[in-house]
Amino acid sequence: MSVITSAIFEVQEFTLLSTRAVTNLFKKPRYIQDTLVQMDIIGVGSLLIIILTGFFTGGVLALQSSKSLKAFGAVHLTGQLVSLSLIKELGPVLTALMIAGRVGSGIASELGSMVVTEQIDAMRALGTDPSKKLVTPRMLASTTMTPLLTVVADLLGLVGGWLVSLYSLKLNSSLYWNTALRSLDYNNALEGLIKPVVFGFIVGMVGCYFGLRTSGGTRGVGLSTTQSVVTASILVIVADFFLSKIILELQY
Amino acid sequence: MIAIRFERVTKMFDDQVVLKDFDLKVRKAETKIILGGSGSGKTTILKMVLGLVKPDQGRIWVNDRDITDLSEDELMDIRKEIGMVFQEGALFDSMTVGENVAYPLREARRHTPEEMEAAVRRLLGFVGLADAFDKMPSELSGGMKRRVAIARAVVHRPSIVLYDEPTAGLDPITSRTICDLVIALRDLEGVSSIFVTHDLSAATTLASEMAIRESSGQVTFRSENNEFCLANTRFVILKDGQIIFEGTDESLDTAEDEYVREFLT
Ligand SMILES: Nc1ncnc2c1ncn2[C@@H]1O[C@H](COP(=O)(O)OP(=O)(O)O)[C@@H](O)[C@H]1O
Ligand SMILES: [Mg+2]
Repeated sequence: MSVITSAIFEVQEFTLLSTRAVTNLFKKPRYIQDTLVQMDIIGVGSLLIIILTGFFTGGVLALQSSKSLKAFGAVHLTGQLVSLSLIKELGPVLTALMIAGRVGSGIASELGSMVVTEQIDAMRALGTDPSKKLVTPRMLASTTMTPLLTVVADLLGLVGGWLVSLYSLKLNSSLYWNTALRSLDYNNALEGLIKPVVFGFIVGMVGCYFGLRTSGGTRGVGLSTTQSVVTASILVIVADFFLSKIILELQY
Repeated sequence: MIAIRFERVTKMFDDQVVLKDFDLKVRKAETKIILGGSGSGKTTILKMVLGLVKPDQGRIWVNDRDITDLSEDELMDIRKEIGMVFQEGALFDSMTVGENVAYPLREARRHTPEEMEAAVRRLLGFVGLADAFDKMPSELSGGMKRRVAIARAVVHRPSIVLYDEPTAGLDPITSRTICDLVIALRDLEGVSSIFVTHDLSAATTLASEMAIRESSGQVTFRSENNEFCLANTRFVILKDGQIIFEGTDESLDTAEDEYVREFLT
């Protein structure tokens, strides 16, 4: 098979699996327990890395931007710059990338080892549709948890930016929070929440897809894991561009 | 009734022909032992019975129902009639042994938790692993995993059981225990089965011993002798995607084919 036909084939298979994962939401049986377990693994399990990522990203944003802002005599806008960059771009993207690294890879390696040890076949043989029991709960959990984690990252980022402004830039606290929160209008908040929903879906589905597609024993599992992280990360960044573009067009 | 029937089944993976015009018939309460080297398509045959792998040509019937073109949803009903023991057990490693064995019952959604636990404990007793109930599969040895896999495969009382090399790589004693379980299911429960292996000694045991339940309720095993000869277990030997020998253990001993002779030594 040429590279192009195999790429088209992969996109088609991925679309089929995603469609199944979504339509399963409206079909029985539903695996609610499995979904809650996944939400716990993805949500609670990623909390610490998201807190660290958000906090230091906010801090460095304040640090770097203050210099340029000072040149224009606009240091008082640091809060606004931190909050806009975080909420619209860096919060969703960095959270999604961290989730791709931690959760997407975990999903791919878990499902991949289930494939090579015939657990997926066993599941089908025992009357369970793996797309219902394995894929839909993971897709749902990462689609719902990524926005929540993004909000956490955003908040911690604002705190990080505030601490830097306060102690390093000697800015007034209330000035920082005023400008930071003023820019938080409905449109920006919406953009900041739509993106992580899409990213969460991408990361969860890519992890499931590469996991289930695994072949060739233990080596295959490693390969799937790597491919899922790389593919999910690239898709997140590409999707971010197009989502930003669409949202911009819609706003004007 | 014929439990499993393959008619002129051909299966290819990419360009490699794994099975060519393959025919097979397994009657009620009969065991077919499929012998063949590694990569000869044994696992593929079992997966085709379950509809996990679809043939490229030919037709497959299970309990007289043509399953060749059934969709995944339609296959679910057929699969309830079949238990499969996968090569390395394929236990779900995120669940305890008890949860693994209970899995088919839980999926059926017809049983109370008490019924399920009773059935699981009875079966774990049957395979000699009553204390393993709360263990995780990672804590078990290879032989224990296979026995748990047998328990999981038969807990919902399927009429057909498929065994994929259940004795491979096991010591003779564990291997013997597993053969006894297979014989007991065949002779006492009337289970039809395909037993795939390249372990000739296990195959010979299956073909020459039978289980009897004494009036006291105890199960004993008897070897074939001059008084009786087992007719419910036959051999099939696979080579290059085709059957090169089919018959009882007696006819196997007198077979002429070079590959068959080679296989026996
Ligand atoms: N999903 C698959 N994709 C490609 N080739 C496969 C697949 N499954 C099995 N094969 C090939 O088919 C042949 C038969 O496999 P299998 O039925 O597992 O053999 P056995 O169980 O007798 O060792 C092997 O050469 C194997 O590489
Ligand atoms: Mg095999």
